[in-house]
Amino acid sequence: MSEDTFTFTVDGIEIDAVAGQTIIQACDAAGVYIPRLCHHPDLEPAGHCRVCTCKIDGRRSSACTMPAAHGMVVESNTAELNDDRRTLIEMLFVEGNHFCPSCEMSGACELQALGYRLGLTAPTLPYLWPERELDATHPDIFIDRNRCILCSRCIRASRMVDGKSVFGFEGRGIHMRLNVDAKTLDDTAIAAADKAVHVCPVGCIVIKRTGYQTPYGRRRFDRTPIGSDIEARRARRKG
Amino acid sequence: MMAPDTEGQATTDSSLLAPPVAAVVDAVVEEFGADRGRLLDIVQAVQRRIGHISDAAVRAVATALGIHAVEVEDMVSFYAFLDREPKGRIRIRVSKTPMSLMKGAAEVAQAFAAATGAAIGGTSPDGEFTVQWTADIGMADQEPSALIDGTVATRLTPAEAAAIVATLRQNRAGPALLLFPGSDGQSISRARVGSSLARSGPIVFRQGGRGDGVRAALTLPRDSVTQEMTKARLRGRGGAGFPTGLKWKLCQQSISAAHHVVCNADEGEPGTFKDRVLLTEIPDVVLDGMTIAGYAIGARHGLIYLRGEYAYLWNSLQAVLENRRRLGLLGSNVCGREGFDFDIRIQLGAGAYVCGEESALIESLEGKRGAPRDRPPFPTERGYLHQPTAVDNVETFACVARIMEMGASWFGGHGTRESTGTKLLSVSGDCPHPGVYEVPFGITVNDLLDLVGAPQAEFVQVGGPSGQCVAPKDFGRRIAYEDLSTGGSVIVFGPGRDVLDVARQFTEFFVEESCGWCTPCRVGTTLLKMNLEKIIGDRGTLADVTALEALANTVTRMSRCGLGQTAANPILTTMRNFPQAYEARLRPELFLPRVTLREALAEAVEILGREPMAEEDT
Repeated sequence: MSEDTFTFTVDGIEIDAVAGQTIIQACDAAGVYIPRLCHHPDLEPAGHCRVCTCKIDGRRSSACTMPAAHGMVVESNTAELNDDRRTLIEMLFVEGNHFCPSCEMSGACELQALGYRLGLTAPTLPYLWPERELDATHPDIFIDRNRCILCSRCIRASRMVDGKSVFGFEGRGIHMRLNVDAKTLDDTAIAAADKAVHVCPVGCIVIKRTGYQTPYGRRRFDRTPIGSDIEARRARRKG
Repeated sequence: MMAPDTEGQATTDSSLLAPPVAAVVDAVVEEFGADRGRLLDIVQAVQRRIGHISDAAVRAVATALGIHAVEVEDMVSFYAFLDREPKGRIRIRVSKTPMSLMKGAAEVAQAFAAATGAAIGGTSPDGEFTVQWTADIGMADQEPSALIDGTVATRLTPAEAAAIVATLRQNRAGPALLLFPGSDGQSISRARVGSSLARSGPIVFRQGGRGDGVRAALTLPRDSVTQEMTKARLRGRGGAGFPTGLKWKLCQQSISAAHHVVCNADEGEPGTFKDRVLLTEIPDVVLDGMTIAGYAIGARHGLIYLRGEYAYLWNSLQAVLENRRRLGLLGSNVCGREGFDFDIRIQLGAGAYVCGEESALIESLEGKRGAPRDRPPFPTERGYLHQPTAVDNVETFACVARIMEMGASWFGGHGTRESTGTKLLSVSGDCPHPGVYEVPFGITVNDLLDLVGAPQAEFVQVGGPSGQCVAPKDFGRRIAYEDLSTGGSVIVFGPGRDVLDVARQFTEFFVEESCGWCTPCRVGTTLLKMNLEKIIGDRGTLADVTALEALANTVTRMSRCGLGQTAANPILTTMRNFPQAYEARLRPELFLPRVTLREALAEAVEILGREPMAEEDT
């Protein structure tokens, strides 16, 4: 091993890491899946959703923002953490207006897929039924804020990858909303090819006229649970 | 979303003559050197000049700074004191806390509403007044209180509220926004805010000469000054109790082109007002402490983050800074020490409790929304402008100065082994002598209650909403980092106060003040409030209490910063210490819905204009 590589453990599994990697990056490369929602491999982490919270040397922290360090002892797949993660997913469901059966992202939605993976079988929290705005003004892109989970992926992608800053937050606390850089989306610099349009984990930002190209039942998470792609890497390594 | 343009429509006579928004904005932006980092100052100045931050102003600011309008909106929409919509010429904000309500704030707010013709939360038809509730404004010992623009009015009565409105109507020719920085209403507020110092102790409020601490520090090498803090075992007075010496050492060790000293004067914890007293009574001691820190960590820049509610202190603090520059206590070669340059700037906040959290405070200082940062990196490594920054509480800096004046062992001789020195406690609520008490660490709650003349207390909130609700059985506990830790807020509740209602009000406070960045705090605080309201509304069952506790624990465990991690404390500590208060409200059923059938149908009944028809018996 070179100077810049080291190891730490997650649930007793030894993980190889390179200096500069976060815990989630090292685990992804090693094929150990830590549930996450706001994190996206191509974007700077932001630590919004807290789903990837792990116990790191006994203290809770988000795996997407925490730099990996030699000898760290990380707990991730424990009943306590998964219970808390399931509650977070449920919070996001009740905070917005998510009707999976009529949503064009059903089967390809990371929120829905995490609900399944974490065993969210029935609602236990009260729905907040917020009033959220739609924006269908753009010829190619549609925004349905009912489904927004405030993960900031689009904000980060637009700012850092597209160099456009089309998106931002507005307000604070439970009143926080996704905002665009004009009165309506068609007055912004956004284009369907932008990274910002392709990173939404739910059905908030979608490209028009593509919703049902892949039929229900044959979509990504209809076939395999979320995280399977990452876990397959470990299976391959072991094999 | 930006609202439709309203710029063309004149709201007052004078706006017909007002210069165009873009010209005002350009002048303001230029005043602040077109520095994106000064966005908070820029938008506050724009609001002072044109009343609110309109869509045109947002666009003009963005253009002048070369950023996107969405970034300006992102920041402006975060702060309670920044208005995107037109408001009344004069804004009246009444402090809404359990303490103010017990002293009659509801009646005072009603009186303001009646006298102005504005509904609470609305603007009067003549456009003169906006009346609204606001979170604790740091006057808990003088409630009911209100901010009238920047002016503070305390110990209000309904009759006085009416008289104030009448006076404001007569003085229509006067400045619209009385007391934001640069205005001359200083004397009014100084007269109106009573002195709150109830008891001086041997350390913070000892007699000492201005600059003595700085001169003492300059006789030592820099490292030794930091070591003195460690030797004194000084810990942060904001509540978290991090060792000051260690913080400075980490900061000093971080290699960077510049280091920064930040004084956290964003005293937002309901019930706390000791930093206001320090900045009013002995600001020079605090500034001595900041200067000493600057020397120790090698900083040339100091910043005071002053909460927006304390805007009325702006002029007096600027005068103190100016005087210190004149005396050579700030500026180049401080106290004649060749090469030690240090100066201080004040950043005024704009109404956001979360900015008391150090990384949120730094974001706000940089002109962004006050969302906390993930750590690591810690501010001592990457803080303000991504450079090493030591953020310390106002009271901590006062202690720093005293340690340099009198020595570490003298300081360590007070208090307990783990909590050296004295603590300033802001005492309010059901208590005949509210105010700031300087007491040695280790004092029991019982002794404190005797001292403030409130032996009949039924429960005491130590540390504000984010602290603990303490029951009489625990009044023998000590106020110290190792037992009952507090940033200084002590709220006394006497006989007849409803502990669950207080928990509800504090929970609501966190709903209002959650920054929204992370899921558990943003959504969880609202869910906690709904669940508690169900129990208080006599609709709760044992299952609801169990669910509430589980939810409270999730919010505590999963939240990103101290706000969310303590937001469930009003519920968790009352559950632990006053289980009977919950039991008394519980219904025997296994399950009850949150709403009654009548409530569920209310909207439909209103639309239809009739009650549902009774089902016919068959």
